Amino acid sequence: MDFAQLGTNVLTEMLGPTAIAYALAAIGLNIHFGLTGLINMGQAGFMLLGAYGFAIATIQGAPVWLAFLVAVAAAVVFALLLGLPTLKLRGDYLAIVTIAAAEIVRMIGRSTALTDVTGGAEGLTGSSFKSTFQDASPFPDDRWTLGPITLATNASNSWWLRIVGWTLVLLACLLVWRLMRSPWGRVLKGIREDEDAVRALGKNVYGYKLQALVLGGVFGALGGVIFVLASSVQADSLGRPVTFNTWTILLLGGAATVLGPVLGSLIFWAALVLVRGVLRGVVGDALSVPQIEQIGWVLVGVTLMALIVFRPQGVLGDKKELAINAR
Amino acid sequence: MLLALLATLSTLVVAGPAHAATTPCSPDDVTACLNVTVSVPGTGPAPGVALTVEGEGDPVTATTDDAGKVSVPLTTAGDYTVTVDESTLPAGTVLKDPAANPVTVGVVLGRSVGRIVQAVPPAEAGAPADTPSDGGATSTAPDDDATSGADTEAGAEAEESAEASARPGTNRYAQLVLAGTVFGLLLALAALGANLIYGTTGLSNFAHGELVTLGGMTAFLAVQQWHLPLWLAIVVATAVGAAVGWVLDRFLFGPLRRRGVGNTQQMIVTIGLSLAMLSTFLFFFSAQPKPIVSGISQRMQIGPVQISGQSLISVGIAVVVLGAVAFVLSRTRTGRATRAVSDNPALAAATGINVESVINRVWVVSAALAALGGVLLSLYLNTARFNFGSTLLLLMFAAITLGGLGSPLGAVLGALVIGLVVELSTIFLPNDMRYASALVILILVLLVRPQGILGRAERIG
Repeated sequence: MDFAQLGTNVLTEMLGPTAIAYALAAIGLNIHFGLTGLINMGQAGFMLLGAYGFAIATIQGAPVWLAFLVAVAAAVVFALLLGLPTLKLRGDYLAIVTIAAAEIVRMIGRSTALTDVTGGAEGLTGSSFKSTFQDASPFPDDRWTLGPITLATNASNSWWLRIVGWTLVLLACLLVWRLMRSPWGRVLKGIREDEDAVRALGKNVYGYKLQALVLGGVFGALGGVIFVLASSVQADSLGRPVTFNTWTILLLGGAATVLGPVLGSLIFWAALVLVRGVLRGVVGDALSVPQIEQIGWVLVGVTLMALIVFRPQGVLGDKKELAINAR
Repeated sequence: MLLALLATLSTLVVAGPAHAATTPCSPDDVTACLNVTVSVPGTGPAPGVALTVEGEGDPVTATTDDAGKVSVPLTTAGDYTVTVDESTLPAGTVLKDPAANPVTVGVVLGRSVGRIVQAVPPAEAGAPADTPSDGGATSTAPDDDATSGADTEAGAEAEESAEASARPGTNRYAQLVLAGTVFGLLLALAALGANLIYGTTGLSNFAHGELVTLGGMTAFLAVQQWHLPLWLAIVVATAVGAAVGWVLDRFLFGPLRRRGVGNTQQMIVTIGLSLAMLSTFLFFFSAQPKPIVSGISQRMQIGPVQISGQSLISVGIAVVVLGAVAFVLSRTRTGRATRAVSDNPALAAATGINVESVINRVWVVSAALAALGGVLLSLYLNTARFNFGSTLLLLMFAAITLGGLGSPLGAVLGALVIGLVVELSTIFLPNDMRYASALVILILVLLVRPQGILGRAERIG
C-alpha cells in the first residue's frame, strides 16, 4: 500500500469541491434542522435547482454574477413553494414533502421531454456553462503545487474553484455565527425547543420557519453550484443519497454548531477515501472497484445509524443544546 | 433451452465485476476512464483508428485495439475533446455523423464514460450515430453521488409494465385503468405495512422501500439460483421479509424505543438503514436488472383489455392477502389489540395489552407484506433492480398520506388512487415523468386535506 499516495488522495478529496459543496449544503441543513428543528429531507433538490439555475442561466448568456443570483432565486422560490403549505403542519409532513419535491425536481430534470433545456438524463456538459466562472479567475492559466497537491489554476477542478468555494464556506460560517447570537437566531432555537412557548410570546412562528427554510435552501443551492462547477449537471448525481449524506455530515460534525457542518464534511470525505484506499490495499483484486465503493457507502449508512443512537450531538455538539425531536 | 437461459442469467450475476477487470483502465478515486469504441455496422469493430483526447493536461493519442476499443485513463475531471482521425478509418468508410467529430465528453473521476463512433460507407453518412454508451454498465456508484448511481437509476424509472402498453384489440384508456388498478393493489401491499408501523409507533420508515427490494431480490435468488418454483419463491421471499422484520424490531427499533429515543431520531436511523441496505444490494447484485422469471407471460383478452396470467395471479394474491389483513384487524383479538395500540399506546398498555409484542408482530407482518409486495411488483415491472423498492418508497408515502396516516384502509385506497394516477398520467405526460405526477398529488393533498381521505384531523397538528 502506498501510504503517501493515499494521504495525498485523502487530502485532495477532503479539500476538494465535493467536500466544499457538501459543507455548504450541510450549513444550510444546519439552519433548517440544527437551529429551527425543521426536518428537510430534500436538500439535494435545492442543490439540483441551484445547479440547473446557474448552468441554464449561463447557457442563456447570463454573466457569472447573474447566474449565481438565478441559482439563489430558484432556491428561494422552491423553499416558498414547499414551506407555505407544509410549515403549518406537524414536522414529519415536511420530511415527506421535501423528499418528494426533490424527487420531482430530479425526475423533471432528467425527463426526455426537457432535453433541450436540462439535457435530460445526460445532463449539461461542463463546457457549456463553466467558461464564465473560469474567465472570472484572476490567475494565469497554469498548474500550481501546494504541498503534495498539484492542480490547474483555472480549469474544472482547480485552485480557483477551491478558493471561491472555501471563501463561500467561510462567509456562510460567519453569517451563521452572527445569526445564532442574534435575536432572530434565539427565536429559531426557541421554535426548535418549544414552538408553543414561542408562539405564546407573540412571535410569528410560521414566518420565522419560512425564513429559515429559505435561507438554508439558498446555501444548499450555492453548494449545488460548486458541486457542478467541478463536474457537470446531471440530475441523478444529486439524488436522495446526497441528502442522506448531507444529514450524516451534519450529525457527524454536530448540529446547532457553527463549524460542525464543515468539520463533518472534512471528516466524511477523508474517511470515505481512506476506507476505500485501505480496503483496496487489503483485499486487492478480490473485489471490484465499485464493490469496494459500496462497502464505503454501507459504512456511511451504519455510521449514520450509530451516530444518532450513540452520539446525536456529533463531534462538536453539546448534548444539552440539541434535542432532536420535531413536533 | 431453459438451461441455456439460466446459464446466461447466472453469468449475468457476476458480469459486473468481471467486466471491470477486463478493461485495461478501471476507474477509482483518482482515475476516470474514457472509453471509445469504433465500429463499422455490419462488419464489426474497427481496429487501428487513431484518435486524440484533449483537455486537462497534455493531449493523449491512442489507437483502437482489435476490438475497436480505446480506453484512456484520465486523472483530472473536466471536459475532454475526442477527435477521431478520419484518415485512419477502415478503407471505404467515413464517419456516420461527421458533425460529432470532434465531440466533447464530460469526465468525472471514479467513473467511466463511453462514446461509440460508427464508420459507414459514404452513402449512409449524415445520420447521428454518436450515441453515448451506457456508463452505468461499466461503472456503478460514482464517487461523488453515493449509491444513487447516476447512471444506474436511469433504467428503473423508465421501466414500464407490460400491462400498461396498449396493443391491438385493446382500448387504451381501459387498459391504463386496468394497469393502474393492478399496480395500485400491489403497491397497497407494500404501503399497508408502512402505514401499520406508522400507526402503532408513529415512525415513518424510510427503509420500507428496501424491504420491498429484499422481497424482489430473494425471489430472484430463489428462482434463478436455487431453481425453486415461483410459488415457493414467493413463500420464501415473504418468510425472509418476516424474519428481517422481526430482527429489525427485536435488535434495533425495540431497544431504541425502550431507551426513549424519539421518533425523529428513529426516522433518521431508518434513513441510515436504507442507505446501508441499498448499498448492500448493489454490492451483491450490481446495477443490472434481475428478472425473476425469464420469458414473457401469456396475455389473455378480457373485453377491451389484455392482462397477463402472471398479473392476474399477482392481483389474486394481493386481494386475498389484503382481505386477510383486514379480517385480522377487524375481527380478531390480535387485530383489536393492534388497533388499540394504534389509537393510544398508553391507554392500550393500561388495559393490559402488551404493547411491545403488538409492535413486534406489526413489524413482522409489515416487512412480510413489503417483501411479498416486492416479489409481485417486480413480476409486474418484469424485473427487480437493486433500487426499485426505494424508487417506489415515495409512491408508498404518497399513498399513505393520501389515504390517511395510520389508517390501514386508507393506505389501500390511497395506493389504488396513486396506481391509477401513475398509469393514467402517461396520457398527458412523458412516460419517465409518471412517478412525478403521484408526488405532485401528494403535495396537493397536503394543501387541501392534510389528514388524507380517511385520516382524522387531530393527527396533523
